[in-house]
Amino acid sequence: MSASISTAVPAVPMRPPQRASRHLLVIGGIALTAALLVAGAFMPKWLTFLVTMAASHGLVSLGIVLMMRGGVVSFGQGLVFAIGAYAAALAYTRLGMTDAIGLAVLGGFVATLAVAPFAPLLSRYRGIFFAMLTLALSMVVFGVLVKTDALGGSDGFNMGRVTVLGQKLGDAQVGYVLYAVTIVAAAVLALLARIYFDSSRGLLSLAVRDNELRVEYLGGSVRRAMAINFMLAAFAGGTGGALVVMSLGHIDPNFSYWTTSGEFVFVAILAGWQSVLAVFIASTVLEVVRSFSSLYFPNTWQLSLGLFLLFVIRFLPRGIGSLWIRRTGASRHQDAPR
Amino acid sequence: MNLASTILIDGLTYASWLFIVALGLTLVFGVLKILNIAHGSFYALGAYAAASFVGWFATLKFAPAWSIVALLLAAVAVAALVAPLTERGLLRFFYGRDEVLLVLVTYALFLILEDVTKLVWGANPYYVSAPYGLFGNVEIGPQVYVGYDFVLVGLALVIGAAVWWGLNRTRQGKIVLAVIHSEEVAASMGINVSRVYMLAFSIGIFLAAIGGAFTAPMISVQPGVSVGVIIVSFAVVIIGGLGSIEGAAVGALIVGLARSLAVHLAPVAELFSIYIVMAAVLMVRPEGLFQQTQARKI
Repeated sequence: MSASISTAVPAVPMRPPQRASRHLLVIGGIALTAALLVAGAFMPKWLTFLVTMAASHGLVSLGIVLMMRGGVVSFGQGLVFAIGAYAAALAYTRLGMTDAIGLAVLGGFVATLAVAPFAPLLSRYRGIFFAMLTLALSMVVFGVLVKTDALGGSDGFNMGRVTVLGQKLGDAQVGYVLYAVTIVAAAVLALLARIYFDSSRGLLSLAVRDNELRVEYLGGSVRRAMAINFMLAAFAGGTGGALVVMSLGHIDPNFSYWTTSGEFVFVAILAGWQSVLAVFIASTVLEVVRSFSSLYFPNTWQLSLGLFLLFVIRFLPRGIGSLWIRRTGASRHQDAPR
Repeated sequence: MNLASTILIDGLTYASWLFIVALGLTLVFGVLKILNIAHGSFYALGAYAAASFVGWFATLKFAPAWSIVALLLAAVAVAALVAPLTERGLLRFFYGRDEVLLVLVTYALFLILEDVTKLVWGANPYYVSAPYGLFGNVEIGPQVYVGYDFVLVGLALVIGAAVWWGLNRTRQGKIVLAVIHSEEVAASMGINVSRVYMLAFSIGIFLAAIGGAFTAPMISVQPGVSVGVIIVSFAVVIIGGLGSIEGAAVGALIVGLARSLAVHLAPVAELFSIYIVMAAVLMVRPEGLFQQTQARKI
């Protein structure tokens, strides 16, 4: 098969960055975060809300991208999104925990712990079956949530205003403060993700995507890599969920529905699996398209989204990120039609 | 005893509905290797087309009995119009690519068709009531069932038999089986594989549309019918094994009975009973009940 000839050289697409460029990356990330924080003070409220949603949804899609680097696409990321969001909302309403940062971290950890028992099982599946199994799990949780009246059933329930570092938030500040918390959380996780991508385990994921049998012959543990990717994705998803519920003030079982997961997959495909920044750009693009379409052509926004997705799949099969990250030699042919 | 027969009959009627809907999905996957998320959208198109056709027949003053013909015509119309457009105009460009990428292409198609149906038929619900009362009521023990539900069972049996006979006893069907087994070898034996793709896809869409058309009298046809159908047909097809007709039948029976049991015995589990069965089957037999376990290839 032509695919195996062109991937005969197991090309590692990026050389691990030297220490200088790693420092550059961190400085660049901090600069970008600072710029966004400053800009946020001058942006209109609708824009800060849009960017807040884009950043927190982007975190969830970052989890999908993490798994996509290992060659599997999860259609059930809504599961961890919902678990993280419900954990944060319940901690707020039942346990009285109100600190935004604490809730975000709690959401991430609860989501990771909740899916940890399934990680070894899920690491055995690939392709369609991984997608379907994650889908099934998210739909099971959806069904459970809808039928659980203690959690508000299909209506869900509301969540009040959070505090940040002990400070209560006034009406004028709350939008900006939540924006700031989300941007910082997203930036921290994005930087950690980038560092993970360039680490040896992160690069192992790319090798698994290329050819997992070879990885096993070379001594790497494919299943462990996939399980760890899955749990890290759960952390990102749970944190994203907690951040969303804090800004929205409302949680309902639709967070776990398959169409929600589908949107996260859309963003992940749009972004591609090479660049972390591309994930957040793609998420912003989706939020912008969604907001403007709902405003100007409410009857055809799904149509535009679908057409956009087709365009990206056809002409940018490796996503937006491929626009600025080039792959070396042989592996460039990997996605070409056989 | 009554409860058992109620559960069985409910399970059977639901299973026959599931079978009609899922058969097209599994056939399309078996031949084209595409897991078609837009399958539910074609189902919805069939339902909407049925609403239109039954309405036209009513305005043309046909007797209500002709509404069944209207349903059939609706399914044929959908398949004849939509299948070539979709297959030649869209899917053809993505053949041979990764399976999951094709799933995303069909997801995009699903999004597009959601809005297209809304643009063509509007957002208000349609009620296709003419066929529903045609078959009167059937009494089984103390329970009264609508005769139309059993028409669905009959239809499922007819369709299952027809597809089985078509695949196994006709020359064209054996060609399709050959392509299912190995498209490369079939092509090298001189079979026009793209024509087989076209045929299989059209039949798949026809089956989805006929499912939608015959279900239309039982529901209110409105935006969003496709969403629930997709997920349930996935469950059936995954349980039975992708590409397997017997698998679709067995999967439909299992899911139908599971849901019926849940509805009658544990209503709280009704929504997720299907997915639990799907997850359980995936964990035990990852390829589905009727598939050989595939060896990993280097």
